[in-house]
Amino acid sequence: MEKLVNDFSFGLFIWQIVLFLLLLFLLRKFAWKPILNAVEEREDGIKKALASAEDAKKEMQNVTADSEKLLKEARAEREAMMKEAREIKEKMIADSKEQAKVEGDKMIKQAQATIESEKKAAVAELKSQVAELSVSIAEKVIKEELSGKDKQLKLVEKMLDDIKLN
Amino acid sequence: MHRFLGNDILSNRPMTYTTKLICIVLLFVGNFALAKNDAQHSEAPKKDKKTEIKEYIEHHLQDSHDFSLFSSTDENGEVHHYGFPLPVILWDNGIKVFSSSKFHHGEELAEVDGNYYKLHHSKIYKTDASGTLNYDDSHGEHPTNVRPLDFSITKSVVMMLVTGLLLVWLFSSLARSYAKNGSVPKGIGRFFEPIVLYIRDDIAIANIGEKKYKKYMPFLLTVFFFIWFLNMFGLTPLGVNVTGNIAVTTALAVLVFLLTNFTGTKDYWKHIFDPLGDGMPWYGKMIIYIILVPIEILGLFIKPFALLIRLYANMTAGHVVLMSLIGLIFIFKSWVGGPLSFGLSFAISMIELLVALLQAYIFTMLAALYFGFASEEHDHDDEAELAHL
Repeated sequence: MEKLVNDFSFGLFIWQIVLFLLLLFLLRKFAWKPILNAVEEREDGIKKALASAEDAKKEMQNVTADSEKLLKEARAEREAMMKEAREIKEKMIADSKEQAKVEGDKMIKQAQATIESEKKAAVAELKSQVAELSVSIAEKVIKEELSGKDKQLKLVEKMLDDIKLN
Repeated sequence: MHRFLGNDILSNRPMTYTTKLICIVLLFVGNFALAKNDAQHSEAPKKDKKTEIKEYIEHHLQDSHDFSLFSSTDENGEVHHYGFPLPVILWDNGIKVFSSSKFHHGEELAEVDGNYYKLHHSKIYKTDASGTLNYDDSHGEHPTNVRPLDFSITKSVVMMLVTGLLLVWLFSSLARSYAKNGSVPKGIGRFFEPIVLYIRDDIAIANIGEKKYKKYMPFLLTVFFFIWFLNMFGLTPLGVNVTGNIAVTTALAVLVFLLTNFTGTKDYWKHIFDPLGDGMPWYGKMIIYIILVPIEILGLFIKPFALLIRLYANMTAGHVVLMSLIGLIFIFKSWVGGPLSFGLSFAISMIELLVALLQAYIFTMLAALYFGFASEEHDHDDEAELAHL
């Protein structure tokens, strides 16, 4: 300790204080402030650039999401349209089937009616022919029966008999 | 010699195994040399090699009034000094300025305006015309002569000026390169910019905090580069030992002390004079504060004192170790000792390069830590919340 005190040079101490303060002042003015400001500016620039890059990335994501959404919508629309078309088709098929059936039924009914009327006509004709035939047969029979005098007399007799009975 | 080494061990500087070993060896060598010297002194006035080396080292550790680069002794025993003289400025009833060449390296008296001055062990004493020095003790160590206030431009002052100019030139050119190259450093600035950023981010912001670090940045940067550069200059063959000078480290520590206490916040002073706060009733605090407050006040001074001693001791110890190892070459004068000493001094030089940076870092780091204490502001909301819980 004694050696330290003995070695202590007051002049050097004053010089050191003065020179150091001078150095501090000069460096602060001409070096540290510009350096630190420049560095800070640069760091801010980097930060900003990073932030804007991040923003751009987000924007890109948004755009992609939008287009994806659009695509999805388009797809959904197409799907809906297809579905609709299918439904229409099915409906049309069903409709035409129905119509055909109705038409067919109608035709069948007509045919049946025609058949019936034909049948009736045929029966009526048959009846009239049968009647004609039977009349002609009866004529022939009668003719045969009343061909002789006796036979006619017999009949008159018989008929007279019947009247007598009455 | 071992006082310096003792300081070295006491300080926080991490020591490698080799350094420790070397220090232990040197301790013995130093004692041995001292013992030998005493014997020599009484028998023969002619100095032997060991005394010569010891004196040379002691001379080197001190500031000097001329910038000597080396010296040689010719066949006639005359010593020739190579270097250049520096101006001597004394305050002795008025300013006295003269060239240090008047002293002839302490061999002659300098006569200025009828006053006589003698250079003795790098210090200037006022003497009579015949240059008599009166000693207060028998050892002949401390002359009682008047020492005029010495504001000379010594070797250390020259080195400080050189370092200052170098720093201003280096960093103002770095600052200009930012303006020119769009905030991108160029050349040597690429090397220094990361260091500046390291001091900002890991020393200033880490210890002082985001809010207040800016105020202290110029001081921290200046002190770091100033100490580092001077430490590095100390390792050059110029043979300067500025940061190993107690006056220089004291000046730096005083500045740290002033800056710490003048920027101290209310909380900082409250921490010193009322460290317990509302945690205890006043009659309880009274008893504790009789011990606590003086300790805190003492701490104010111990902190910068530790700073100045640490830097001084580390740099001085480094110089002593290095020069002793180099001196061993001349003592051994053998094929084994020479290369061995050379190898050891080379290894220590490498360690000293690291120490130069490390000591600058530690000084800056601790200064930032003290500034951090001074600018600390407690979050009172937090405390209120804690009290609530």
